[in-house]
Amino acid sequence: MSTTSTRSWRTTSTTTTEPTRRTVVADALAIGGVTGAYGISFGAVAVAAGLSAPQACVLSLLMFTGGSQFAMVGTIAGGGGAWAGAATAALLGVRNAFYGLELSSILRLRGLRRVGGAHLVIDESAAMGVAQPTPELGRLGFWATGAAVFVGWNAMTLVGAAGASALDDPGVLGLDVAGPAAFVALLSPRLTGREPWAVALVAAALALATAPLVPAGVPVLVAASVAIVVGLRTRGVSRPHRGTEPPEFGEAV
Amino acid sequence: MWAAILVGAAACYAIKLAGLSVPERLLADDRVRRVAALLPVALLAALIALQAATAGRAIEVDARLAGVAVAIVAQWRRAPFLVVVGAACATTALVRVVA
Repeated sequence: MSTTSTRSWRTTSTTTTEPTRRTVVADALAIGGVTGAYGISFGAVAVAAGLSAPQACVLSLLMFTGGSQFAMVGTIAGGGGAWAGAATAALLGVRNAFYGLELSSILRLRGLRRVGGAHLVIDESAAMGVAQPTPELGRLGFWATGAAVFVGWNAMTLVGAAGASALDDPGVLGLDVAGPAAFVALLSPRLTGREPWAVALVAAALALATAPLVPAGVPVLVAASVAIVVGLRTRGVSRPHRGTEPPEFGEAV
Repeated sequence: MWAAILVGAAACYAIKLAGLSVPERLLADDRVRRVAALLPVALLAALIALQAATAGRAIEVDARLAGVAVAIVAQWRRAPFLVVVGAACATTALVRVVA
């Protein structure tokens, strides 16, 4: 999921004073609000891509990781089919496993709490969880942010999906570029050195070059191989982004 | 469609749960971390290119490219997230009206 100018909010509440339970909850609610606005666009984009409103809402409820959801409906909109969309969504969701790794020592979840907590592991909750000075505030940050984003994201997905369903042609609003525009915002903070830039450019070129040759949906998976090849080959050359640190707000989906 | 939605959601959940559950050393390998860091870069770049300039299996240049170009400029100017997305949509809609 994603977003924006929450960094400035966090800055105001964390640099001027030490985080307290109150500021952590306030930040979490603010992040939930901004993410909700983004949820509207997801609901609308999903319907414009041909999903029904219930399908859009179930995606937000059960998949609950915005980048993956946008990737899935974008792939479907491009004619790639639902299964290629699901595969792309899963690949883009791999980063959440690394957030979980960072969070596990802070959260120390067992049993049912782990089963429930895992669903809330997303960019925003991970960032808020690891950013706090104490494990207690970290746990609060994780749960409060996860819950606030869950509520905002799902409620606003419903609003966006219902709104777009009421339009004759959602394409008239230019909603088909909401997905790629969101991806631009998500990609940009990850381009922190020559290696990620090279991977991005080669992946984009490879996707365009293979698009006419293979079924829609496959070029994205071909492009993913660029990351695997480069990641396995370059050895300790440069580590511009560890990949395990949740991006700052405004850098993530 | 429903089956793919449920399977995709299950896969994404399983990945989240795995991160909280697997022994740290399994994901601590340097190469694994590097691939995980580069994976979103490759996927996002490919998705941007495809969704901006293809329709099905054909390369197609239309109003979407203008919208994505505006998004790139807005992001480069460090505009807030919603401005990046909003400006892109508005540009594409406007180009369609004019064209």
